[in-house]
Order: sequence, then C-alpha cells, then structure tokens
Amino acid sequence: MKNDYFIQDYCHIKDNSVSLNGTQLFTQESTDFNAFIKSAYQHFNTDYPKFFKMDRLSKMAFIAADVLLKNGQHSIEESQNMAVVLSNRASSLDTDRKHQESINDQDNYYPSPAVFVYTLPNICIGEISIRHKLHSENSFFIFDQFNADHLWHYSNSLLNTYKADSVLCGWVDVDQDKYEAFLYVVSSKGSYEHNKEEITRLYLTK
Amino acid sequence: MNNPFLSYNNIISSLGFDSKTVVEKVSAEVSGLNSVDDKDILPRPFYTSMLDPMVLEKAFEKLIPKKKYTRLEKMMLLSLHQIIKDSKLELTERVGLIISTTKGNIDILESQEMFTKERAYLGALAQEIKEFFNFKDDPIVLSNACVSGVMAVSIAKRLINEKKYDHVFIVAGDMVTKFIISGFNAFQALSDERCRPYCKTRTGINIGEVAASVLVTKNTNLLVDESVEILGDASCNDANHISGPSRTGEGLYRSVMSAMKEANIEATDIDYISAHGTATPYNDEMESIAFSRAGLAETPLNSLKGYFGHTLGASGLLETIIGMHSLHRNQLFASLGFQELGVSHPLNIIRKTTPKNSNIFLKTASGFGGSNTAAIFRKIYK
Repeated sequence: MKNDYFIQDYCHIKDNSVSLNGTQLFTQESTDFNAFIKSAYQHFNTDYPKFFKMDRLSKMAFIAADVLLKNGQHSIEESQNMAVVLSNRASSLDTDRKHQESINDQDNYYPSPAVFVYTLPNICIGEISIRHKLHSENSFFIFDQFNADHLWHYSNSLLNTYKADSVLCGWVDVDQDKYEAFLYVVSSKGSYEHNKEEITRLYLTK
Repeated sequence: MNNPFLSYNNIISSLGFDSKTVVEKVSAEVSGLNSVDDKDILPRPFYTSMLDPMVLEKAFEKLIPKKKYTRLEKMMLLSLHQIIKDSKLELTERVGLIISTTKGNIDILESQEMFTKERAYLGALAQEIKEFFNFKDDPIVLSNACVSGVMAVSIAKRLINEKKYDHVFIVAGDMVTKFIISGFNAFQALSDERCRPYCKTRTGINIGEVAASVLVTKNTNLLVDESVEILGDASCNDANHISGPSRTGEGLYRSVMSAMKEANIEATDIDYISAHGTATPYNDEMESIAFSRAGLAETPLNSLKGYFGHTLGASGLLETIIGMHSLHRNQLFASLGFQELGVSHPLNIIRKTTPKNSNIFLKTASGFGGSNTAAIFRKIYK
C-alpha cells in the first residue's frame, strides 16, 4: 500500500474572489453572492447555459472545478478516471430552506421540481460530472468543519485500490450569506505533498 | 488483503423493530405500505410505510434517554443501540461511525418549538448520536442521495482497509416528511397505489421510512449467522442528467462491472440481485438496460420497495441487510407488486418467495445527481 501522492493544484472561492494556487484570478468588490458568481462565470468565459438553472452550491462548486480543471496541470488521461469527493457543513440547507418556503403556506403552495432536485448536496457533483464527463467514484460528506484527515484517508483509499487515477477533492459550503469553496486535485504527481498538514495549510491559504 | 464482513444488524421499520421480525414479514410477503390520509403532508391520500409514533416512543423510553431527541434520532439511536449491545464491542478510537442520510432532521425546518433550527444541520444530528453512545471519533456523515445506504458500506470497507478503523458501525435513516412528499409529488413521481417495480402497470414510487444499522468488521470473532463478506463495490456517475437516469444505464453498468472485477467473479457467479427498482418508469427501464449489458438478464432479481417504499438514504443499507438474511435462509424474496414485465430488456423478476441455495448477491442503487453504487456480498459459513 502506498501513500506517496501529490496535490497538483488548488482553487479557492471566498470573500468575493477566485484564486488558483494562491494567486487571485478574479475579484469583485462589494456584491452579493449571486452577482459575484455570475460575474465570475462571465470572467472565465464559461459558456454553459445550464449554469443558470443551478442552485448556489452547484454554481460555486461548478466554477471552482472549472477553474481548476481548465487551468490545472493534470493530463487528459488522468482526468478520465477522476473521482469527485466533496464535503461541507450545511449540506443543501441553502436550497432546502427555499423548498420549505414553497410548502409552508397552504394558500401559497408552489413546490417546484427545479428547486427540489437541488435539495441534495451531491447534485453539485452531478453537475461537475456532466460538465467534465466523469463516470467516476463520487461521494459527498458532511462535517462540522473542514476535515483534512477524512479527505486524505478517503483519497488515498481510492488511489491505492485503483478506483481512481486522480481525485478532485475538497470543501464547498453555502449557507445564507456565507460561502466558501476549496478544491484540489490529488494524483501521483504534483507540486505539493499530499498529507494532512499540507492540505490544511493550503486550505488556510488566503 | 482479506475483506471486511457485515455482521450485527438491525432494522427499525413499520414491519418490526429488529431484522429477524422484519425478514419474517418479508418472507411471508407482507407489505408495510398502507394508504395514509394526512393533509399536513399531502392534500390527498398516499401510500407510505411509517412508524407508529406510540410504538416508537415506547421502545425508545426503554433506553432511558436523559434529554429530548428528534424522531429520526430516536429511530437511529434505537437501531444502533441494539447492535452495539449485541456485539459487546468497546467503543475505542479504533471504532468508527458512519451516518447515512439524505435529509436528516429536515422536519426541523417546519415550525417546531422543541428544537432550535441548528438541529437541521446533519452535523448536529451526528453529534447527538456520537454523544449518546460516547463514540471516541467524530462521525462521518454521508449524504449522497439514494445510493447513500449502500455507499456507506463501501466507505466503511475502504476505511477499514486503509487502516483508519478496525470496526465501523453504520446507521442509516430517513423519514417521511411533508418536505420529501411535496417534492416527489411536484416531480409527479408518486404512485397512487402500492408501487409495482418493473411492472407494466407501474406508475411511480411510494416513500417510506426506516432506520437500519450494521457492524462492518474484519474480526471473525464478531460474526453472526447471516454475516457476509464484502467482495467488491463501486460507484460510477452517469455524467448525463441530475434527475433523469441515463438512457444507456451507463453509471449503473460501470458500477456493476467494476464491482465484479474487484470481486473477481463473473456475472454467472451472482445468485441474486437486490436491485433498486423504485417503480418510476425511467428508473426501472434504465436498470433493465444496465443489467442486460452486464449479462445479468437471467439472474433472479427483486426490488424490496413493495415492502417498505423508497426509504431514501436508508434504502441501500436496509436492502443489503435483507439480502444477508435472504442468503442465510436460502430463500429468494418475492418482488412484491410485480405482475407483468414492463421494461424493454428481459429481467428475471422473483414472483413468489422461493427456496434457493445462494452464495453471492449483488446490491445496486441509483439516485439523483447521476449516482449509482453496486456492491457484491458472499455468504460465510461459520
């Protein structure tokens, strides 16, 4: 069993900015999340109309994955069997509350399939998988805070057992006015060591 | 590397509060689905399998709780308590806990005065369960739509093989709520009668509720009569649509093939398939294509949704446990509600509960987000 894997690239979305490997690629001052993520979509010439149907969690996860996979150093072969392992604190509560509002009042009852489908956190993995044609292992975990230990163990397991050639891994959380994404790619080669300390250090990078 | 086993297990459902009682009912082809007229959930009557609140309360009181718990927590605590007690396993830092649920305490979002809104976070539910039993490590919550229950088994196996834990308890649970029923109703996915997986006359799903739990371990001193070995498992995404199944059954087909490869077996080695079979037109059709591609068209197959309805994040674990008992009893359970094949590719649906010597079974599940999971289990002889 081997554990000598590396982190190739990492991407942050927080505080109205998108960065790759610690370098800011896009920022927009004093806007709300919806305006910010739409501007980010335009800034990166994303051209994917389905983006506008997504909920906020999926939009953020989608942009983070797009930035990482379009600008990162991974090869096509590696990305063909890239597992997706994401985690957060609020699950899909941001959209759950929206669905709940639509059913609270019997006289104003308007549940919608387009909203309800996003009341599962792993839908954002589905969106990423469709975009990047990933027929791979995918799991969504919930923790009270970023859990480098679990992500490290589980990525190692997928790579050690050849269930995946690389892992798109990280944290995507949207909860009322708070949002944060931190995604990284683990593979057999890369710029950063794959261990708990390094994952935590990159997570905390501004 | 030897594989982990599934051992002590429990099911809390409308058919009973322990696996043996529940399996006896399934064996006798008794359905837990009934028509319920509850205008607080849906304006019209709907078929579901729900726990009797009085029965749940009475059973839960025996645990002598020191504080208030939500309905789902009570179900999960009861289920887990049974197997922790039976296994006599000491909860050291080498014992993990995986909680599988899609919606957790989602009923907290409706105006409930007894609990704060914080309890709707899955981490809060996990903390309650951890503290009740005094698990040393923080629980891992898995929320991956309708494949969660079987994926949890896969993750437990991987974490044990990775030497993160020696033993893992899994508890899975989801409830019937207005939140869920209104959503599936908006999708026009609910059946107005008992669901009929793979049948020509199927019109949709019933939603049900259960809690189920199992111990995953490599320790052969901790096995039970119905224990099975986890031979192989895989989860592959359709990469096609977030709510509609793939037309080629891509993700499910790939999951089954990958699980068979790891298990090092052929399609003909599989004695029985415990399939997902939600009884929606598209899901069942997709499964028939995937199983046909995988060379499993003749393997006896059932869906257990006719007994419990679709129990979401718990269904995969519930159905795996029933599968363990099915192997142990050398009995294949009827796919309740089925009359005439209504999918484009042939499937060998189990029409009546019948005796059959079986060693290996395949469990599959598929869900929103394009998720699919397959796991293969082999009977052990003690």
